[in-house]
Amino acid sequence: MNDLALIGPILAAMFAAATPLLFAALGELVVEKSGVLNLGVEGMMLVGAVCGFAVTVQTGSATAGFLVAALAGAATASLFAVLTLFLLANQVATGLALTLFGVGLSALIGQGFVGIPLDGLPKLYIPGLTDLPVVGQALFGQDIMVYLAVAAVPLVHLFLYRTRAGLVLRAVGENHTAAHALGYKVLRIRFLAVLFGGAMAGLGGAFLSMDYTPMWAENMTSGRGWIALALVVFATWKPARAMLGAWLFGGVTILQLHVQGLGIDVPSQLLSMLPYLATVLVLVLISRDVARIRLNAPACLGKLFHPDA
Amino acid sequence: MPSPAETLPPDAPPPRLELRGITKRFPGCLANDHVDLVLQPGEIHALLGENGAGKSTLVKMIYGVLHPDSGTMLWQGAETTVPDPAGARRLGIGMVFQHFSLFDTLTVTENIALGLDDAGPMDQLADRIRMVSERYGLALDPGRHVFHLSVGERQRVEIVRCLLQDPKLLIMDEPTSVLTPQEAAKLFETLRVLAAEGCTILYISHKLEEIRALCSRATVLRAGKVVGAADPRQETARSLAEMMMGAELSTPERPPQGAAGAARLTVRHLSTTSDNPFATNLKDVSFEVRAGEILGIAGVAGNGQAELMAALSGEVLLADADAVVIEGASAGHLGPRARRELGLAFVPEERLGRGAVPELSLSENALLSGYAREPLVRGGMVHFARARAYAETIIRGFNVVAHGHRAEARSLSGGNLQKFIIGREILQKPKLLVVGQPTWGVDAGAAAAIHKALIDLARSGAAVLVISQDLDELFVLSDRISVLFHGRLSDSRPTHETTVERIGLLMGGLFGTPPDEDGEITRAV
Repeated sequence: MNDLALIGPILAAMFAAATPLLFAALGELVVEKSGVLNLGVEGMMLVGAVCGFAVTVQTGSATAGFLVAALAGAATASLFAVLTLFLLANQVATGLALTLFGVGLSALIGQGFVGIPLDGLPKLYIPGLTDLPVVGQALFGQDIMVYLAVAAVPLVHLFLYRTRAGLVLRAVGENHTAAHALGYKVLRIRFLAVLFGGAMAGLGGAFLSMDYTPMWAENMTSGRGWIALALVVFATWKPARAMLGAWLFGGVTILQLHVQGLGIDVPSQLLSMLPYLATVLVLVLISRDVARIRLNAPACLGKLFHPDA
Repeated sequence: MPSPAETLPPDAPPPRLELRGITKRFPGCLANDHVDLVLQPGEIHALLGENGAGKSTLVKMIYGVLHPDSGTMLWQGAETTVPDPAGARRLGIGMVFQHFSLFDTLTVTENIALGLDDAGPMDQLADRIRMVSERYGLALDPGRHVFHLSVGERQRVEIVRCLLQDPKLLIMDEPTSVLTPQEAAKLFETLRVLAAEGCTILYISHKLEEIRALCSRATVLRAGKVVGAADPRQETARSLAEMMMGAELSTPERPPQGAAGAARLTVRHLSTTSDNPFATNLKDVSFEVRAGEILGIAGVAGNGQAELMAALSGEVLLADADAVVIEGASAGHLGPRARRELGLAFVPEERLGRGAVPELSLSENALLSGYAREPLVRGGMVHFARARAYAETIIRGFNVVAHGHRAEARSLSGGNLQKFIIGREILQKPKLLVVGQPTWGVDAGAAAAIHKALIDLARSGAAVLVISQDLDELFVLSDRISVLFHGRLSDSRPTHETTVERIGLLMGGLFGTPPDEDGEITRAV
């Protein structure tokens, strides 16, 4: 196999590997822009993954699967929202607990589904375009969820920066006391943002179990929720940068698989560490630019709000 | 209860707003007790009272942020309730908050859109902002981000936001506390134009002189009750203050300064750089404070005061050890503890969070800075009996109203906590005291007590540096005054050789060097 022929599949696989990260990161970005830090992304992805998988196996409908996955992710997130927004629980502790809860709950639901195969989604085929050398498969041969994730990037951007609702959401994340004084319902806005984040994480998880590796295995997200969280910071809370970040991490994931496949003599454990190592490195580099973080980070991120205090 | 409206002839227009028997109770305190208030169209009406008298609670109820427990509200003669701020805005009530409700990282237009219910497209809104700001002389650039704006400009954003809704009643909570005298004068012109157009203005301020200049009627609140009404133009500032306090006001006298002693604090060519895009860097600041004198540093907030405080206290360490010299010893590289051991004491501007830990008791707070110079710690162990005794000494010596040394710092009112913090520092017999905003948000009685304590400290031989936005305060306290603007410090002038107007001009940046635009641009990135 020559090197050029490898690039096409690697590119195609990179976009697919980036998709679950992109879904989860976009959702968390909106949540954090509203001033809430939900560390439970990993847990919500797992619940979404197992619920989507189970429904698709039972009904045979992938559409129903993804729909239920989004609902299940949102339902898990609503637990977090009630605890942190209305009962004023600490967001960091609750988020960590939500991840542990999601790991356990998904394993419980998934007990009967281990080892069952699924077909995955059909790939797009446009005669001519999909057959293009190198980029054809990557750009025009993916399934619908990959395109949906990419389409969500401009949509989230337009929502945040061009609509009134997005402006209010950013205002709530920037200064919740002032937003409250102007008469905005801080808690309601944050609640909806957290639900959206949960639904997106659920979709990301379901993409993994129903499409990327169409089967259910315990803890199958293996840290992607955490990478998605890091991506939001990496992107300095900007949707387009989150997409670039997702591709970068997707690329590193795929590359390490191919390096292992080529039989290069590096311990496989070391290669599996690469995406996580890249996360740490990129975060350190980003954090050096304090000014940019201060201008884009929601000032009320992680702070509790009580309307009467 | 006879209502004031009924005494007017029947054909007179109804008052713009009338409150009857408004009562609001919070756990442990009656914030408003059967408050009556009548506001006529086109009048500028002052609402007076000390801290905690219930002014803020009352206006928050008018604006729908809080809801009264009982009482009725009549808007242009018809009974009404205000469920929320949006409801207030629909009626035609606008409010400019004391602590601006602005969003730093959003633009002027976005900020204003958030306060409007029918903002419309952003570019049209920007045009409307330009129109209104020209009409009322409130210069504003709609596209700029709020963190670039001066405090005066930020207030203009709030006012323009209200004006875009054609308000019939405009509530202003302490609008001039952060303005230079010139900016305040400009604001008054705008308010007078508005009132002439028929808008009612409810004006809250501690500054009695400006109320006398601006307002035609005043309602005085004390401990939640209306205790009087007055025509401020017929009163003196002193009589108004006494009406608010219900007691005689004693103003501190500043005895003439003796021969100035040796320099206790010398600052030479102090410049700072910061990663924080919202910070103002200090540029080549030099001054000295001598034993026995009070040096005042005036300036509008955000011109480098926070950075200067941090550089003096040791919160930020300086590369140049000689930039700050305390008692002849280079201290720029020393941390707060080491500087305290040299004889420095300081009272930061933020009482809760920097000056005191909100959740800790007063005796624990006394320990926090007191341990450096008082024998409160022995062999690493806290001597609690002594810490308690120390806290009790402060509470007695400075008339702090609190439930003993066990009270949490956050349970004290601003004035009492400030008396406690200043007492804690003064009782350590510092050779040098640095104070930021000593009486910010503190009522007249407590402010007089704090001023007296500072003057006594200086006359007993300590050097005192006061950084404040309040010019009246600086003229009461200081022997010399300098002005901080855009991170640069003007030369000092003896207080008796200068005037409020001249210092006010310096606060607006009229000393030689033009405002540093480059600095602004680098901050923008």
